This record gives sequence, C-alpha cells and structure tokens, in this order.
Amino acid sequence: MAATTNTLNPDADRAAPSAAQSLPDWLNRIHPAVWLLALFLLFVPAFTNDFIQLQVFGWAFVLGMIALSLMFLAGYGGMVSLVQMTVAGCAGYMYAIFGHSAFMEVSLGWPWWATIPIALIIAVLFGTISGALAVRTEGIYTIMITLAIASAFFYFTRQNYTIFNGFSGFNAVRPPPLFGVDWKQATPFYYLSLFFATLSFLAVLYVSRSSFGLALQGVRDNARRMEALGFNVTAHRIAAYSFAALIAAVAGILLTWLNGQISPGTAGIGPVIDILIIAVVGGLRHPIGPFIGALIYVVLRTFALDALVAVGIAGERFQLLIGLGFLLIVLFSPDGVLGLWSRWRARLRKRRSEL
Amino acid sequence: MRRFLERHPLWSLVILVAVAVLLWLILAPWPPGMVETFGRKKVFLNALFNGITLGALYFLVASGFTLIFGLMRNINLAHGSLYLLGGYIGYEITEWTGSWLASFVIAFVAVAILGIVLQVTIFRWMEGQDLRQTLVTIGVSIVMADIMLWIWGGDFYQILPPDWLVGAVETPLISSISRRTGDPSYLKYPMVRLVIFFAAVVIGVVMWWLLNRTRIGIMIRAGVDDRDMLAASGVRIQLVFVIVFAFGAGLAGLAGVVGGTFQSLAPGEDIRFLLASLVVVIVGGMGSITGAALGALLIGLAEQFGSVYMPTYAVVGTFLIMVAVLAFRPQGLLGRK
Repeated sequence: MAATTNTLNPDADRAAPSAAQSLPDWLNRIHPAVWLLALFLLFVPAFTNDFIQLQVFGWAFVLGMIALSLMFLAGYGGMVSLVQMTVAGCAGYMYAIFGHSAFMEVSLGWPWWATIPIALIIAVLFGTISGALAVRTEGIYTIMITLAIASAFFYFTRQNYTIFNGFSGFNAVRPPPLFGVDWKQATPFYYLSLFFATLSFLAVLYVSRSSFGLALQGVRDNARRMEALGFNVTAHRIAAYSFAALIAAVAGILLTWLNGQISPGTAGIGPVIDILIIAVVGGLRHPIGPFIGALIYVVLRTFALDALVAVGIAGERFQLLIGLGFLLIVLFSPDGVLGLWSRWRARLRKRRSEL
Repeated sequence: MRRFLERHPLWSLVILVAVAVLLWLILAPWPPGMVETFGRKKVFLNALFNGITLGALYFLVASGFTLIFGLMRNINLAHGSLYLLGGYIGYEITEWTGSWLASFVIAFVAVAILGIVLQVTIFRWMEGQDLRQTLVTIGVSIVMADIMLWIWGGDFYQILPPDWLVGAVETPLISSISRRTGDPSYLKYPMVRLVIFFAAVVIGVVMWWLLNRTRIGIMIRAGVDDRDMLAASGVRIQLVFVIVFAFGAGLAGLAGVVGGTFQSLAPGEDIRFLLASLVVVIVGGMGSITGAALGALLIGLAEQFGSVYMPTYAVVGTFLIMVAVLAFRPQGLLGRK
C-alpha cells in the first residue's frame, strides 16, 4: 500500500535535507507542496468574496467529506456504498428534529450540546446498520443494496409527515451561535468546514495506516486469507462503515447549516449518485481525491451554467456536461483525476530518464 | 411436488392454509364483520389485482435486468433509462401511426439496438471489470436522462390504448352483496390491465421456454454458471453477450410502452423503475427469471396493499421485505450461492 498512499508525494522518502534534521521525523516527510496548499487554504478568505468562500469552498469541503467517507469504504474496504449521502441526510434531519427549525410543531428545540451528539449517534447507528445489511453480500451487490436503502430513506422521508415533515422538510435550521460567532456567515463557515475537512482527511489517513486500516485493506484484497489468519472479516467491514458514517454524519450537519434547511431532496437519488461521481472523478486511491473531485464538481455546477450560455447552449444542460465528463473519466481513467496525474508524472519521469 | 410434501410437511401445511385463506378472501362474499375491520371487499380485490398487474410490469422490467446481470455480472444502472426511452418511443409511434401494437415492436427493436450499441462500443472493452462497467452505466443513465429531458421536456405523457382495450370488463368475482335485495354485484376491472397481465405471463413463459428448452438458452445458462468454461468450449461468447444485452434492453423498452399505457411517462420514472427492478432482483435472487417473477409479484402486491391499507408506510413495507430477505437469505429467495 505504501506505493499508493504516497502518490501525492512520491519523493517524500528521499528528500530529507540536512537542515531539517532537527525537526521530528513525521514533519520532515511532509512535501513542500502540502505546506503551500495549507497556506493557500488558510488565506483564501483574504482574497476571495463571500460567494467563493461559501458556494465554492464551503460546498467543496462538505461534499468532499461525504465523498471521503465513500472513498474510505471503497478505496480501503472495497465496498462501494451509496448510503453515505443518506447517512449525512439522516444526521441533518436529526439535528433539525431534535433542535430548532421553522417548523416547531415537530422540532423538539433541545440545546445544541444535546442535539449534535444525538444526531451524530443516530446517524452512525443508521450507517452501521446499513453496513451490517450491505456486508451480507459482496462486491457489486453492495451498490445495489445501498442504493436501495438510500432510496427507501428518500421515499420514506418524503411520505412521512409526523417525524420528517414530508416533502418540505425543515427550514431555517441554524448553527448554534458558539463563541459569539455567527457560523452561517461566509468566513466563519469557511474555516469551520475547512477545519472539519482537514480533521476527517487526517483521520482517514491515520486510520488507513493503523493496524485496523491495514487489516481492512487485507480484507479488501483477500477476505478468505484474512479470515484464515484469524481476523473477523465481517466485524472489520462493519466497523469501517461506522467510521465512514461518522465522517458523513459530521458533514451532514455542516451541510444542513450551509443549506439552512433539510428536505428529502437533500439525500435524494441525484445527490447520492453525485457523491459517487465526485469520489470516482477525484480518485479512490488517496483521501485527497474526493476533495479534488468535489472542487471540480462544485466549480462546474456553479459556473457551467454561465459558460454553457456563453457558448450558446441552454444552461440546463449542466447535467449532460457532468454525465459526459463522468463517462469520459470512467472510460479513460478509472482511477480518476489522481490517476491521470500520477500517469502524467510517470510519463514525464520516463522521458526525463531517457534524455 | 410429492417430494416437497414429504420433505417439508409443516411448510406444505402452511402454504395450503394460506392458499385456502386467499381463495376464500377472493371468492366468497365477505361477512359484515370482515367488512367492518378490513374495509370493503372491492378495495381488497382492486388492491390485489392492481398489485398483480403492477408485479407484471415490474417483472417485464426486472427480467431483462436480471438476465443481463446473471450473464455479464454487469449491474446495468441505465436500465431505468432504457425503460423510459422505450416508453417515449412508444408514445411517439402511437401518436404517429395510431397503432398501439406497432409501438411495442418498434420500441423493443429500437431499444434493443441501443443495447447492442452499448454492449459493442463500451462494455466489450471492459470485460471482467464489474465496478467500472457499473460506473459507466451510471454515466450513461445521467446522459440519457438529460437528453430525454431535452427532447421531451418535463411533461407527463400517457400512451392511449386502442379503443377495443378501453373500458372495464366484469369479472365473475363477487365484490359485494346488496343487503337490501340480496343481489350480488361483480367486480369490474380495466380491460387493458388484464391484457397486459396476460401478455406479461406469456412473455415470461416464452422466456422460460427459451432459456430451458433451446440451444441459445443452454448457452446462456452455461454462461451464467461459468462463462470462461463456456468460452473455452468453443461458443462465441461475445455473440451470446450481445444477444442477451439486446434482449434485456429490448424488454425494458417494451416495458416502457406498457408502463406508459397504464401509468404515465415523466422524468424520474427511469429512477423509479430502476429501483423497483433492483429491489425485485434482490428479493427474487440475482440472475434468476423465476426469482424475478416471484419478487415482482411480492413487491407489486406489497406496494399496492401498502398504499391502500397504510399509505404513509408503503415504501417501508417494500423495504422491510428486502431487509428480511437479506437477513435470512442474502442470495435472494430463488438465488443460488
């Protein structure tokens, strides 16, 4: 796995300048590009307007987190789960139901310190149970079952008025005014989502290198052999679902704050598929992939309309553009943009060595 | 039959009792006490008949899906789009020629040709890569959905059946007995639905015959079991793949015409029918035609009875069937390990 987890900074192992000998080893191994990226992300609000911060970066971080949870399951566990968006939607719904919304006949109005943990716990439970169902079958079947679960959730929330308030869902769901900051404003939300996105990115990176993550990758590559070695394959898979559900649940609450509302459409079939598209387009081999995919998706969604109108095509053909782009990626680079990048680098290096 | 009786005496008894109860519910006029608790018999019979005909439609869609899956291990998530495209084509043909029957043939052929194009240009190049093929079908379905939205817009379309199918027939089933006069009134049911139901049964039987009694059927079944071995024994497996894909896609197109006749066509129906076939195939067992029939019947009935007797939880009922099957028989009711 070392080869794949290091696609981002392949020179990390050899580049060890002597001046940095005093730094701890793990700091040393971080590629300068990563530092640059971190610096760039920290100072984005200094040179962009509210729209870019919220509608582009905010969305990219949140969708990237949900896609990250899918990437974790698919990339390390070999289980393509379409239920991640639904888990996020479930967390958002629970936040709205237990907390405050415009529809107070249903919302319970609990304080935030009770609402958020309960929402997270219920969403993780939901994700775990879905996972427990999905792992009863293998490989390609997982897609079918998780898609069926996701659609059942969608249709159920749309039909149920006593708990989920049916078609209209919940409006005016706000983040709690912690530390006197209105987290719904662009810059605070930007940093909030950046924080959680970074946290979940690092968590996935850490878990993928922990013994649990390594065992999970073993299960992905050969479940029977791992079983023979004494590992509980089913338990590992279900635990992976729980971990992914936690990331998706956090993202779901952020998503609800970003939208200011939650309705069945939030976790409808379209968004569920979109998450898969984001993860696949970005690349399923490294946790940075989903965020790249999410950024591409959000930029396309935000600006494709104007671009399409500019070249004389109706703006509604945005879905066609997304679909065609997705088809091209899947047809020509199954490991997404990351795969394109690493192949381009490999070709470059080959050419350099030929010279 | 006798072996089943000897092996599972308890189950046989349960099935016998269930069939007897069902027959009594359908044939006998309900006593007033029953009517008070369960509602009128007409409602029950209508739900039963609607469930069976809906199951027939689901079977048409899902059998193509399960056939393609069984042979090629390819979850064709564009199957719903093929269904909707078939429906739209059927609508255009009916409007243009005025012939309802011609629309079936043309929708079948047109969608089958599309299926061949997909198989030859895309899926052949990524054989054995199940996940990639499935992802491609997602891309195809998104593109197709948007092109269809482009051409036909977001309106509802309905295919009009010919005159000789419009109207209701009186079935020999008693729906209620008038308390005053004692005269029985009989259940009336739309002709077109009955015809479609029988057509679905005929198609199912023909498919069963093709699969179990013909040479191409033998090849397909062998391919489901072990496609490498089939290829090694000299069968041109690519040809078999193309035929099966065309046939499965064509069935979806044909089902689109059926669905457009007794329901309606609109964007979003593609996803609805894709999900229906997913659930049907999960419940019935992947790759099994009989399983698809059983699953379609169960899901159709569950949906109709659910929407009549507990409207808010109809979807959950369908879902619970799926969960129960997954929990106790992950390979589906008639699926093989």
